[in-house]
Amino acid sequence: MKSKKIEKILTKSLQNIRIDKEEALELLNEAELLDLAHYANEKRKALHKKKIVTFVIDRNINYTNICKSGCLFCAFYKSNKEEKGAYLISKEELSKKIEETKDLKGTQILLQGGINPDLDLDYYLNLLKFIKTFNIHIHGFSPPEIFSISQKSNLTISETLEKLIDAGLGSIPGGGAEILVDKIREKISPGKCNSQEWLNVMEEAHKLGLKTSATMMFGHIESNEDIISHLDKLRNLQDKTGGFTAFIPWTFQPKNTKLDNVIKKSPLEYLRVLSISRLFFDNIKNIQTSWVTQKDKIAQLSLFFGANDFGSTMIEENVVRSAGVSYMLPKEKIVSLIKEAGFKPVQRDCFYNLFE
Amino acid sequence: MKNIEKKVKNDERLNLEDCLKLYESDDIIKIGMLADFVKKRRYGKKVFYVYNQHLNYTNICFNKCLFCAYSKDKTQEGAYTFSFEDIEKELKKTKDYPIKEYHIVGGLNKDIEFDYYFDMLKLVKKTNPEATIKAFTAVEIDHLSKISNLSIDTIFDKLKEAGLEMMPGGGAEILNDRIHNKLFPKKIGKGRWLEIVKKAHLKGIRTNATMLYGHIETKEEKAEHLMTLRCLQDETGGFTAFIPLKFHPKNTKLSHINESSILEDLKNISISRLVLDNFDHIKAYWIMLGEYVAQIALLFGADDLDGTIIEEKITHTAGAMSQKGLTKQKLENLIKKAGLIPTMRDSFYNEI
Repeated sequence: MKSKKIEKILTKSLQNIRIDKEEALELLNEAELLDLAHYANEKRKALHKKKIVTFVIDRNINYTNICKSGCLFCAFYKSNKEEKGAYLISKEELSKKIEETKDLKGTQILLQGGINPDLDLDYYLNLLKFIKTFNIHIHGFSPPEIFSISQKSNLTISETLEKLIDAGLGSIPGGGAEILVDKIREKISPGKCNSQEWLNVMEEAHKLGLKTSATMMFGHIESNEDIISHLDKLRNLQDKTGGFTAFIPWTFQPKNTKLDNVIKKSPLEYLRVLSISRLFFDNIKNIQTSWVTQKDKIAQLSLFFGANDFGSTMIEENVVRSAGVSYMLPKEKIVSLIKEAGFKPVQRDCFYNLFE
Repeated sequence: MKNIEKKVKNDERLNLEDCLKLYESDDIIKIGMLADFVKKRRYGKKVFYVYNQHLNYTNICFNKCLFCAYSKDKTQEGAYTFSFEDIEKELKKTKDYPIKEYHIVGGLNKDIEFDYYFDMLKLVKKTNPEATIKAFTAVEIDHLSKISNLSIDTIFDKLKEAGLEMMPGGGAEILNDRIHNKLFPKKIGKGRWLEIVKKAHLKGIRTNATMLYGHIETKEEKAEHLMTLRCLQDETGGFTAFIPLKFHPKNTKLSHINESSILEDLKNISISRLVLDNFDHIKAYWIMLGEYVAQIALLFGADDLDGTIIEEKITHTAGAMSQKGLTKQKLENLIKKAGLIPTMRDSFYNEI
């Protein structure tokens, strides 16, 4: 039975009264999962009147796995180009991947890679221009990449973004956020931009009219307070810019990483955070499930815990796969999972425009 | 739904029509919350589990049910029947564990005589008198009566003498003639299953009841199945737990059927909790659901997680991805992580 306090907080969410940090923490610590689900589901229904679940067809192209960041949670990177398996994608390979994506009715390329010290601004600009010759949307470069490009080229974030936009960048993925709390970042990703720098990149991007998503990787060394702090920072920025299209929480996959002693978060813990995000983000319209980390069953169930988007068909996924989670869902399977749950599956683009 | 909710809150019985409505609804969270309400009304945060071991004494079976990946002909590779030495060996594996229940079921093997069953139970009881023997589905009991020319009642008397204390709920599948004819025509059907289980109850042998779902059955057939069981329970009160069994298609003659969704799995748990108001326990059988879905099911009306099992054979031949056994520690963690209180039990749900 839920306490009066919890009930009060949950009721607020449906009256369009914002729940604050303390209340969100109370929910995370104390609320029962199905109560959270019930309210998150109602909230989702209020925000998305039509009974649809969206998905995007895209390909995740990781142009390089060479990365100087050395994040403890990452099983994908190689610290230098001499290491076995280190790569920088060739034009031939890139062309092939893009052609295949277009053949599968893909509408965008999710372009992300390591912080590779051998690459300069021109590399990134040429990469974008080359991909644009295929006439496809580029959802590319998470804030740590953009931050590092700007530093290397002695440009401001805004100047860097302008150049990238001119070369064809269409929107920015929300990766590299991990947990936006510096005491956590210092421990797990000391080589990467800090939380304010991450938020700055997003703010500048939004100001220039670029839409971005936002993510959160939890289930490593963060506390519940850190999770709420992360959500709060995103919500504050969204109040200011309105540039986030979606929020995507996902759980840390410990295998093959330096944090492999961490016990992986259970689906129950994932669903708890997912539903609280739905309740907390009154200003971000879309909450995306993470089938890559949760697999098909939990992703389907998550549609009743606040998620309204199935994310990408990800013709290819390399980063999480390096952490021992190898799981692919073809479009047909995504469509049938959505239908089975009683929703109409609708393909969307990066801006959540529907192809109906 | 409002009406159903009202009935549930007032502890009123749901009827067939309500049951069908629940099966037709896609409001999985609401259904789950109602089932959880009923579960909590009875048990609060408690979730039961048992320190048990499965013994599948033979996989040779002439029934050839279409949904089974386990059965073999005796000449087929992998066919086996435990000798008493084998059984001793199996029991020895767990001699240092506090086993409280042996779950003993097997195929219908023409080469085994009644004495084998009798002596097997005696052997198990002698080896570990502390543990309860829960053995033989109604299907096996029917077979025993045929090969021994003894009445069902006499079979029960003899098996009780050898150590039988309880029966599992298997072999019910879907209690419906259409399904019987299509999927398991050689095995006993609805009438005989109910007759034997009733006789067991009248002899003081408690049993469980199951429902195999996720193959060709309709919602109506599932609802009928639940109603049939509830009716017998009203009469005898002999059922202890109800266990919805998720069909695993791999390696069966029905391998073209897609596995039931997590939504169906949770719904079957919740609906059985809501409809079977005279059953004390609803079990989330983790072997078939997988550990994580079973854990979630504990929030959707289930109050029992089965047990340690040690080595499951039947569902694993049909492609189950779960472990073959779980330690007490792991079971307790699954329950605790769901915010619930692990409660070790014996076969009769006495707390240990």
